[in-house]
Amino acid sequence: MCDFTAVLAQIKPKLGCVADNLALIEERISQAVADKADLIVFPELALTGYFLKDLVPEVARRLDSPEVLRLVELSRQISIVIGLVEVTDDYRFYNSSLYLEDGAIRHLHRKVYLPTYGLFDEQRYLARGERFRAFDTRFGRVGMLVCEDMWHLSASYILAMDGASTLICLSSSPGRGTEGETLGSAGAWQQLTSTTAMFLNCRVLYCNRVGFEDGVNFWGGSEYVAPSGVSLARGRLLEEDMVAVTLDEGALRRERIFSPMLRDENLFVTMQELRRIERERGL
Amino acid sequence: MAGLQANAGLLRQILVGFVRDEVRKIGLNKAVLGLSGGIDSALVAFIAAEALGPENVHAICMPYKSSNPESEAHARLVAQACGVNFSVVPITPMVDAYFEMFPEADNMRRGNKMARERMTILFDHSALLSALVLGTSNKTELLLGYGTLYGDMASALNPIGDLYKSHVWQLSEAMGVPGEVVRKQPSADLWAGQTDEEELGFSYRQVDELLYQMVDLRMSREELLVAGFEAEFIDKIYRKIQNSHFKRRLPVIAKVSNRTIDRDFRYSRDWGK
Repeated sequence: MCDFTAVLAQIKPKLGCVADNLALIEERISQAVADKADLIVFPELALTGYFLKDLVPEVARRLDSPEVLRLVELSRQISIVIGLVEVTDDYRFYNSSLYLEDGAIRHLHRKVYLPTYGLFDEQRYLARGERFRAFDTRFGRVGMLVCEDMWHLSASYILAMDGASTLICLSSSPGRGTEGETLGSAGAWQQLTSTTAMFLNCRVLYCNRVGFEDGVNFWGGSEYVAPSGVSLARGRLLEEDMVAVTLDEGALRRERIFSPMLRDENLFVTMQELRRIERERGL
Repeated sequence: MAGLQANAGLLRQILVGFVRDEVRKIGLNKAVLGLSGGIDSALVAFIAAEALGPENVHAICMPYKSSNPESEAHARLVAQACGVNFSVVPITPMVDAYFEMFPEADNMRRGNKMARERMTILFDHSALLSALVLGTSNKTELLLGYGTLYGDMASALNPIGDLYKSHVWQLSEAMGVPGEVVRKQPSADLWAGQTDEEELGFSYRQVDELLYQMVDLRMSREELLVAGFEAEFIDKIYRKIQNSHFKRRLPVIAKVSNRTIDRDFRYSRDWGK
């Protein structure tokens, strides 16, 4: 593998306006292509906006819809990671992310952990994904997570054990907590991405949106965290941004030599204990 | 209490962004608000001026004949300090004309009428100026129900509705609201010498502490007692929140269909924006 460049497109989608958002996304893709980036990452639900509620069925798209096909076509020029509401033949609606490359859908991830507490209500409107799978890309093996997925240790762990060395997290994280030095949710996420990268010796690309929906702000702060856990680039707080980063293959190699925790991870012990817990719980 | 210490820089960035984004996304660039001479509306004027440019913000002072003259002077001072447009629309003729028919009306009815009179003036100017009405109720008032439904509680956007009074003081100081407005006793200014704290029977500092721990931190009654709050005070505030909850909701609709507005017909207000 060699070094590659990625752009984290910290955009402000319009709620429920698929055509407008697609135009915005295409514009950002053209810009990234002009800048000779290899990969562009968009936030969770970039095509639709976040607090959709009863709009979910209206903005949902099939994987063979014109909008998705258009993005697939554009992936001949640059690899694309994008979030949308996906509708299936049996009319389930998923909070999905797509990895598009060389004119094909390389991977589909359906958000597994749909937050339904506090200000979140996703499970009321959306169906739950049922798998975490790593997949091969021209930049090595990758795993995708959608926002809340990353708050479950098992999700990142599974992807890393499945061979992913790059974790890409698409997010629509609402900003809250103004007591401290930094925004509460931003601080929590920064700790999470850094710790995840460090535990799993993986690099993390985190792309969060900005803008307001019904008074809720999305705080941005998209970032690239090296496998050492150090944040190497971070987008602006609360404002649109295009965060361009170079992922250094040598840094990944060196980190895995210095801190070979992932190599030493004992899948046999983990599975044995998880099976025991499963048995004892009578699952 | 650490929670009542806010990061003023961060609050300012979020609230200025909120006003700018929520006004512009519906294709407008102006806002109108009532400026009472008190700190809450002063802070909203400062936030709006920074968000939209002072030339796009219209502040209206709407005194009644019994209002303290100092209030109008303070409103004018605030408008000058943040550079927004300023006008005065007295409400005495309309309010007096009405109460000539009901001379026995008590202070509560008169106060509510004044608040609603001001609301109609703001929404009329909203249409006149193509400007959104900004609300100026803070979280303390909203939780206690210390406001007039469809009066001062009515607005299109409220930048400070999630800020306790203690936060309003901090942010106002940080944003340069004139000192005399920040320091004076909060008052609804319905009659001479009235103060909020005297009428409520406790200080904003006291109640903000309790509200923060009860509402934001979800402390149980037992935990609040251990923290040193008096049982009577806890129960009184809890009842105030409960009894005023209707003011914070839309009118209740009798359900008969499969899709009832706000129950199973659910959309964000920013739908399509």
